[in-house]
Amino acid sequence: MDFTIEFDKQQIESIENILQEELIDLGVQSVILMDLAGNVIVNLENGDSSHDVYSLAALAAGNYGAVSAMANIIGEQEFSLLFHKGEEESIHFSKVVEDLLLLTIFNKNVSLGFLRLKVAEAIKRIQVLI
Amino acid sequence: MALINPKKKEVQVKIVYYGPGRGGKTTNLEYINKKFKKRIQNEMVTVKTYGDRTLFFDFLPFDIGEIKGHSIKVQLYTVPGQVKYNATRRLVLRGVDGLVFVADSMDLRREMNIRSLQNLKENLETFNKSIFNIPLVLQYNKRDLEEEGIPILSVETLQRDMNSRLKAPSFAASAVKGDNVAATMKKIIALTVGSLRKKLE
Repeated sequence: MDFTIEFDKQQIESIENILQEELIDLGVQSVILMDLAGNVIVNLENGDSSHDVYSLAALAAGNYGAVSAMANIIGEQEFSLLFHKGEEESIHFSKVVEDLLLLTIFNKNVSLGFLRLKVAEAIKRIQVLI
Repeated sequence: MALINPKKKEVQVKIVYYGPGRGGKTTNLEYINKKFKKRIQNEMVTVKTYGDRTLFFDFLPFDIGEIKGHSIKVQLYTVPGQVKYNATRRLVLRGVDGLVFVADSMDLRREMNIRSLQNLKENLETFNKSIFNIPLVLQYNKRDLEEEGIPILSVETLQRDMNSRLKAPSFAASAVKGDNVAATMKKIIALTVGSLRKKLE
């Protein structure tokens, strides 16, 4: 059996701190750091809502794979902005490194532009750790 | 790749049900979902298309308790069986830890079983995995059709077709009736988690 990405306790704690500071404190409902196999690596919630994160991660991995395949068909390497807008809540997807995705669930109180900025900052800080 | 979270002491294991279209992969998961309802906290997720066929995958997460101080979360997936959905099958296989191959016992489906198994072997190779050293269980499904007078392949024929080189554990089963569905699942969980034990020590 292969383990392509391994995290120790300290790495997970550092990642949790980054996600808390950059995203949860900003007003984001929920963040999930996951791999493309659909495994949940880190999940933080702001306490206002709880989601079935394991099912979300499984579907997000499939969705991301499908969208990447669409990108390839039209000659793109990937689509850099992946975002689903709902009436109350929305989901934003971002690639962290090969095989790792960051999923952010947020409501109308957070602007997409600001969220993208903060996600980019969080990703930059996480990339240093892994 | 199984994911170990050393902070939460949690392991996530991915098991995929593979096989030809209309072979009973989704029915396996539906039976498990019904039978073990008390232990399954989340709803089964299915992405279906017209005519109740699996388009993307089915997903059923499920806690099996603790091993060496780690709580084990098993995630059961199915792939779409139809030939045209190979890209989706490959997506679902990403990071797989254990496999159940659900073969259709119907006489008419003999060729489809063999082709699907070959397809699995090729798809695993794209992830640099070999069908010969990944935890694998074979299930010969739809044994109940014999009672209805529908011609089915003998278990010996199926073994010869599918398992002569793999030599994997196999079960004659009926997903509709639930015969050997739990046994198949327990076997693949035992094999997959067994391969993880060393890692958890």
